Amino acid sequence: MEVAEERFSMVVFSGTVDKLFPVAIMASGAVAMGMEVDIFVTFWGLQALRQGSPARLARVSKDFEDQAGAMMQILQEKKVPSWYDTLRQAKELGDVRVHACAMTMDLFGLTKEDLDPIVDDVVGVGEFVDQAKEGKITLFI
Amino acid sequence: MVKADRVIDARGAYCPGPLMELIRAVREAARGDVLEVLSSDSGSKRDIPAWAQKAGHEVVGVFPEQGYDRIVVRKAR
Repeated sequence: MEVAEERFSMVVFSGTVDKLFPVAIMASGAVAMGMEVDIFVTFWGLQALRQGSPARLARVSKDFEDQAGAMMQILQEKKVPSWYDTLRQAKELGDVRVHACAMTMDLFGLTKEDLDPIVDDVVGVGEFVDQAKEGKITLFI
Repeated sequence: MVKADRVIDARGAYCPGPLMELIRAVREAARGDVLEVLSSDSGSKRDIPAWAQKAGHEVVGVFPEQGYDRIVVRKAR
């Protein structure tokens, strides 16, 4: 799709399946509409992208944890691709960059090697905000 | 009725699956090819035409069937 590039940014603070789904789906929609996507993963969002975490993750938001089992079952029954696969497919289709938050990395003592390969690079908040300001949409999830 | 060069059966896939499958197919297709998506996802009949318009392709039509829609797009670029 060679349409004019617009930018769509997300700050992903949450690390639960129910919040990571919309992240992946929004990224897909933005890519479909020809936008560049920058995802800044911080705190719990970054924990979800540690080596091996995406496949194991089954946490949902505290508010709805009583419904976690039912939700996971529905997703499985209806063969909905996981948030991780959805995000990976969005990356295959267009320009989606996943940036790990440098401060979170330092805090938890992580290196780039500790993270899932879906993560492109490690950036500071200044750089991310500077990129995001060029865009029309920035979400905090 | 336009004859499709390729039919993408995305029935059973949820948003954004059918659209993503179409985009992939459009990339592989030749200019002028007609692609037909079968989708049971209720958003596709609006989503896919919106995408096609934005990406500069032609929406041949949206045809409701029993329990799914046939959405036909011609690759114009």
